[in-house]
Amino acid sequence: MIENLSSPLVSPAGARVRPVQDAFHGDLLEVSMGPHHPSTHGVFRMMVTLDGEAIVRLKPVFGYLHRNHEKLGENTTYLGSMPYTDRLDYLNSMTNNWAYALAVEKLIGQPVPERAEYVRVILAELTRLQNHTCLAGFLMQDCGCSGTPLMYAFRERERILDLFESLSGSRMMCNYQRFGGCRVDPGPEWLDAVRGLVEGYGAFLDEYEALLTGNEIVMARTQGVGRLKPDLAVSAGITGPMLRAAGVPYDIRKVDGYGIYPRFSFRVPLGDHGDTYDRYMIRVLEARESISILRQALKDIPAGPIIDPKSRLRGLRPKAGEAYGRIEGPKGEIGFYLISDGGPNPHRYRVRAPSFVNLTLLEDLCLGHTVADAVVILGSIDIVLGEVDR
Amino acid sequence: MESPEQIRERILAGFPGAEVTVAANPSPSDQRSLVVGAANGREIARFLRDDEVLKLDYCSNVTGVDWPEKEIIEAVRVELPDPSGGPPKIVEKKVKRVQPGCLEAVYHLYSMARGIGPVILRMRTANRGDRVTLPSLTPIWRSCEFQEREVFDLFGIVFEGHPDLRRILMWDELKDHPMRKDYVAPDDFEWEPTPHDAVLARAARHFQDPTPAEAPRSGAKEGAP
Repeated sequence: MIENLSSPLVSPAGARVRPVQDAFHGDLLEVSMGPHHPSTHGVFRMMVTLDGEAIVRLKPVFGYLHRNHEKLGENTTYLGSMPYTDRLDYLNSMTNNWAYALAVEKLIGQPVPERAEYVRVILAELTRLQNHTCLAGFLMQDCGCSGTPLMYAFRERERILDLFESLSGSRMMCNYQRFGGCRVDPGPEWLDAVRGLVEGYGAFLDEYEALLTGNEIVMARTQGVGRLKPDLAVSAGITGPMLRAAGVPYDIRKVDGYGIYPRFSFRVPLGDHGDTYDRYMIRVLEARESISILRQALKDIPAGPIIDPKSRLRGLRPKAGEAYGRIEGPKGEIGFYLISDGGPNPHRYRVRAPSFVNLTLLEDLCLGHTVADAVVILGSIDIVLGEVDR
Repeated sequence: MESPEQIRERILAGFPGAEVTVAANPSPSDQRSLVVGAANGREIARFLRDDEVLKLDYCSNVTGVDWPEKEIIEAVRVELPDPSGGPPKIVEKKVKRVQPGCLEAVYHLYSMARGIGPVILRMRTANRGDRVTLPSLTPIWRSCEFQEREVFDLFGIVFEGHPDLRRILMWDELKDHPMRKDYVAPDDFEWEPTPHDAVLARAARHFQDPTPAEAPRSGAKEGAP
């Protein structure tokens, strides 16, 4: 569709107006990217207005995977929602489970035994490892580097998913956390298998970085592309690696200190430029920090119960009230907001999805870049449509 | 971090006459919230963002809550005067009271600069009608942009001052707001691979009268090929 734009091109931030038509610029072209396009990581759609090859307007279109997850949560018991949370960000079901369990534990004041806290940290960091590795692979695929980095990433992810499967029975839909602990106690063999994986993971990251980090083509495609300013990132509620790549030191593991994270020493890597290359680098550096956390957790994990024996799972009826629980998921702040009216189902069940909020700035990041760059920028935001559309 | 009561005091010092109350939260989470009148909502939000002590620069979560009209039965003590002149009798009477419904927008605010939070801000609409409005906080925090669109889409709260208020998850032609408690899912399955009644009727005939299907039947109208 050819559009002769009469409406002014003002982004919601109010600032950017591009001169549209002069002697050198012809008609604008409106292109629908997606929803069925591999570069959109699912069924995401962008209405892009192009001036030549430059993007002058980009409006994301959501909802192709919408199933009103929150209404389902209101019509189910508290425990019944736990398997549904797996389907939000289906790469990271363990952290989704944890965020939901944390919100319910806040709502009912449920303590969690020591061993379960350690197992949660181990699983969350394994999840972060596989998510960040995969993201690097997807990003390289979006850059046009077809195959090799993604397959390397998937090889390692497969090892982690094997561990998830042997523990929870499912590779991706783990449904593992419970209010007041975890579902199954990991045996010593499982912990040994994790130790083996963690010891080998640093070497894999070295190999992976040797392939990508100094690669001239990767640098040419990602450096200076999609720069994000820190103040805008904070105002737009960007969280996770994307925020830290913009140089804002905000990690909920440090700020809230939920679970037992204050016991571990780890660093929060920060970016300098906020561009796509920084967003890639932050993921690699965070994966290295995750290895360090995993080593400490695997060294210290105590024996004991995996779930509080007094915890009530079925027939849970919290007192009237509300709670918001959040954790640092691999993609950013994942939070659950629950309001109880004293009944067996929540009166309100809300998911604060990091991918959804991180997309707020997609247009700002893409303005002035080409379509090929928009694909790379979208890849570096790291979205999963199960969570965006809910 | 300051308690909600302290924040309320400071808001009232800056906005005398503003409508600010602290909502109780009996759950162990101890996350109480500030209920702010819609008239001053945006100014109070700007005050909270720019305040040097709180510096709530990060609006994490925006959501709506539907509170339908509720009938509450309360026990009320009534004094009945004794006709013989003795002391009045105290009788407990049950009184029905209708609590009016409303829609609520809830904002979870944190400070990235100070590392504190959450401060929970709520605004309530006057009723649960079709075009209920609240001031948009997107001019204060950009993160409200998509989340307020979602609240508008699913709850039907119209945010005044939002730069681009359209439906976001549901399709534009939809009239309803699915997250409202009184929403009824439509029974509009348009396409049925086999017309179901015809299949059932044929099955019933089959079990009653298992004659060969070739035999002509009078009056039997079959939808399925």
